[in-house]
Amino acid sequence: MAISKDEVLHVARLARLALTDEEIERLTEELGAILDAVGVVAELDLADVPPTSHPLDLVNVWDEDEPRESLPLDDVFANAPERDGDLFRVPPTT
Amino acid sequence: MIDTLRLTAEDAISLVERREVSAAELHAAYLGAIAERDGELHCFLRTCDEPHGSSIPIALKDVISTKGIETTAGSRILEGYTPVFDSTVAARVKAAGLSVLGKTNTDEFAMGSSTENSAWGPSCNPWDPSRVPGGSGGGTAAAVSAGLAPWGLGSDTGGSIKQPSALCGNVGLRPTYGTVSRYGVVAFASSLDQIGPVAKTVRDVALLYSIIAGRDPLDSTTAELPEVVALPEGDSLAGVKLAVPKQVADLDAIEPGVRAAFEAALDQARELGAKVGECDLPLSYRYGMPCYYLVAPAEASSNLARYDGVRYGPRVAGATFGEMVDHTRDAGFGPEPKRRIMLGTYALSAGYYDAFYGQAQRVRTLLIREHREALDGFDAIVTPTSPTVAFPIGDKAADPLAMYACDLLTIPSCLAGLPGLSIPCGLSEGLPVGLQLVGRQFGENGLFRLGHALEGAIGFDTVPERLR
Repeated sequence: MAISKDEVLHVARLARLALTDEEIERLTEELGAILDAVGVVAELDLADVPPTSHPLDLVNVWDEDEPRESLPLDDVFANAPERDGDLFRVPPTT
Repeated sequence: MIDTLRLTAEDAISLVERREVSAAELHAAYLGAIAERDGELHCFLRTCDEPHGSSIPIALKDVISTKGIETTAGSRILEGYTPVFDSTVAARVKAAGLSVLGKTNTDEFAMGSSTENSAWGPSCNPWDPSRVPGGSGGGTAAAVSAGLAPWGLGSDTGGSIKQPSALCGNVGLRPTYGTVSRYGVVAFASSLDQIGPVAKTVRDVALLYSIIAGRDPLDSTTAELPEVVALPEGDSLAGVKLAVPKQVADLDAIEPGVRAAFEAALDQARELGAKVGECDLPLSYRYGMPCYYLVAPAEASSNLARYDGVRYGPRVAGATFGEMVDHTRDAGFGPEPKRRIMLGTYALSAGYYDAFYGQAQRVRTLLIREHREALDGFDAIVTPTSPTVAFPIGDKAADPLAMYACDLLTIPSCLAGLPGLSIPCGLSEGLPVGLQLVGRQFGENGLFRLGHALEGAIGFDTVPERLR
């Protein structure tokens, strides 16, 4: 199943990856081959089969709503590339 | 003189308890072994100089958050990231008195079957350093076999504990989905990820499992264990019924030497009193890998969205927020995570969701049903763990599909949420072969009894020949 270069570029935008031209070329080829291999799942007629999202029979796992200590702010920001007081600083959105 | 190559965790614990060796002396002995052999093997990304616990050391795969110790998941996008809290498994091993010996190498974000995808370079197999130790948990598995750690923890999404244990000649358990907390573990594919033990013996694996398993209020996908973990004893398999999937006979990917060692292990099981029958897993071997390579990348693309250069990790500058995020991610992720993020994003995108991700989730339901039927009347499904022995470094690195095929035999039971134990069952071309035992949900105790009896009969020497 071929995937076009335009589709790869579109997916890269969705995935927030600024891929280089070389990466786009390579991924177009590799993803095509991988999609061929995984595409065999389409052979099966599964209209009546429910999907599985999780292999355990756990539903509605509740916990008491009890307040607990949060991490100290200095810990929260310990690994931050850029801190501005009690905020993470990032470049302007536009 | 402590022989770290032969010392089991159980024996190490009793040496410390009898005060024949102190925790500090034991820790130093492993650091000494690391100094001697890890230059060649590159199992550890970093080590801890001093023990902090009263008992023996443990190696932790670098996807497991450790407070104050850099945790990178084998990725540049987490370079310098030092957790400010412990994962639940790290907290539990510490509470049991174990000391973190160091963080072990892994394929980037646990994506791979050889450790060659680690941003920090591959680990090497202690049986032959020109070959891979398997992956993604190759660092932990190689460290245990090379006597650099008495035991360790790995993580397994599609085979990352079992396959490296098979290739390095030791014992690895992928526990039942939901039995071990993932709180504080770097997420890859959340409906599949499991933490599990690696050691030289089944008893050691059972002991470590007993330390880490059980419900955690911080991870709502965990369940209470229905029974306490029992350290296995005994050498009989009388009354035990093992099932070999029919399809195994026709899988050309299985090397003849691997097949021979597997058959010999089945003969030994029969001698111990086990009955060996046949089960049928036709969908698992045809659709297991395709299903996995849709479900896991889809979940990975979602889990890895958090790496955006805002809250932690290195940042690549950009004029706008969007530019900063896109360039940080391009610079921080290596080729395999990028491939899987792209594949997963595609499989989840509008127009393809039902055909790929939705379809794969339905296939998964069939695989769960198929395994339930296959186990009917049997105690475990047995196969080789890996179709091949350890392969040369570089052999499959350029071909993603060849690398994905390494997990052909481990993936189906992972999708079904079932526990799997790999034990060494012999050599092929001088390299270890693993035997995979798959049981029912929460059936770990049964796997331990089986594995323990078989390991005794097989008598595999876990010390690599070149290190004896």
